Amino acid sequence: MTLHAKPSDIAPVSVVTAPLPARRVIARRSIRSRRLTPRTLGPAGLLIGPAVLVLVWEFASQVGWLSPRLLAAPSTAAVTGFEMLLDGDLTAHFLASAQRAYAGLGLGLVIGVVLALLAGLTRSGEASIDGAVQIKRAIPTLALIPLAILWLGIGDAMKVALITTAVLVPIYINTHAALRSIDLRYVELARTVGLTRLEFVRKVALPGALPGFFTGLRLAVTACWTSLVVLEQINTTEGIGYLMNRARDYGQTDIIVVGLAIYAILGLASDFAVRALERRALAYRKVLGS
Amino acid sequence: MSAAATLVPDFVDPRENATVRIRDVVRRFDSRTALDGISLDIPAGQFVALIGKSGSGKSTLLRAIADLDDDVEGGGRIDAPDNRSVLFQDSRLLPWQSVIENILLGVRDAGARARAEAVLADVGLAGRADAWPNQLSGGEQQRVALARSLVRRPDLLLADEPFGALDALTRLKMQQLLFRLVGVQRPTIVLVTHDVDEALILADRVLVMDEGRIVLDRPVGIAHPRRASDPAFATLRTTLLGALGVTETI
Repeated sequence: MTLHAKPSDIAPVSVVTAPLPARRVIARRSIRSRRLTPRTLGPAGLLIGPAVLVLVWEFASQVGWLSPRLLAAPSTAAVTGFEMLLDGDLTAHFLASAQRAYAGLGLGLVIGVVLALLAGLTRSGEASIDGAVQIKRAIPTLALIPLAILWLGIGDAMKVALITTAVLVPIYINTHAALRSIDLRYVELARTVGLTRLEFVRKVALPGALPGFFTGLRLAVTACWTSLVVLEQINTTEGIGYLMNRARDYGQTDIIVVGLAIYAILGLASDFAVRALERRALAYRKVLGS
Repeated sequence: MSAAATLVPDFVDPRENATVRIRDVVRRFDSRTALDGISLDIPAGQFVALIGKSGSGKSTLLRAIADLDDDVEGGGRIDAPDNRSVLFQDSRLLPWQSVIENILLGVRDAGARARAEAVLADVGLAGRADAWPNQLSGGEQQRVALARSLVRRPDLLLADEPFGALDALTRLKMQQLLFRLVGVQRPTIVLVTHDVDEALILADRVLVMDEGRIVLDRPVGIAHPRRASDPAFATLRTTLLGALGVTETI
């Protein structure tokens, strides 16, 4: 046991047991206030900013700084929205919009994940898919409208198809990137415990790519509604976009505000839902912000 | 504990499929030769410790036996059991699978679940089957990795510095745990370590590697439980340290 330290290497006892300087006690407070990460904020806390904004806007309208011709007061819009809800008008338009958006989202999600798996796990997939999606990524979805109209007409098929292509890109990019960055040590482990290819996909590749997938999903949820706004200006008689376009023709700013509010609520609600899903699915992680 | 105490040094194991045969194995990284013509026979049930300086080729040899090096240039012939487990220095648990799921990775036979729970109890983690790996300490994670290795009842257990990242106390406990558990299953074992004491406490035979060759091959003919105060232990220790180029001057 001669590798152990000699007694002379050990610090004299008096240093260890000497009383600590008094200022050490005070130091506790400054350590507390010097937190490097912010305390977590509840969902209600996130609403403080928007609430202040609405209050300022209402005040400006009431005092007369904002003309109703340019922008209706939030209270006016709320009353209009409530009336539209009562006569069933809003619900019909909302459902028409939601149907288009979520049909596109669902399709884009499935196609995006399948393409990411093919490109991430096979050589031929990487060769044939990745470049094509990267090129699609460089082309704005809205630039595809003329071609899409020629191919699919001006009906819902064209709208859903374009939303699908808009959604597919963020899902693919993020899932694929996460797949490619899976720790090689896990791949090695999968070999030593003799996982089959299917088991590898199910137990290593998919769960490993899940954080990236959720990043893509949050972007995709926003992208599907953003594309919808523009697409609903083309030959529609139903939908939130149609409602807002018609209101513009008649100068009804309150209805435009109702439409904007619906988009905002949908965007927030979708993001909230995806985050809740993400928290459940990624419960094994201990990360900042969760 | 009784299995450990009754271990006979010259134990002969009849299982033909648990032997390892290595002939003229060479591995090269770019221009550097990591393994320079290694030939070695390990009989079934033998516990071999492989020690050496970093860069001596001990991990490369272990990875070659584990068949994890098909991207490395080289040649030679290795016959090793197919039913083998690898214990890495990091526990290498999948963070998104629970403890029990990690243990059962790739195990498909009936009764595996009950066996996994029994092994988990053996490593002292009976209540943690449904915990996430992130909720365990480093030592506990390595015990789960040990359970994952043993649940498949390997003929060959390959361990690459499995306790190297643990603190000294945990390392001692893990050594005892490993010794007790393999005493029951008796797989053939190759343990890579840089810790001479660990090699001497656990192994039936110690190999010292240097520059891709085996420079010393010694049986450890000391009955268990072994103590560092045993003169035979101390003599062998000095010999091994000498082969590693270390003289004790402190």
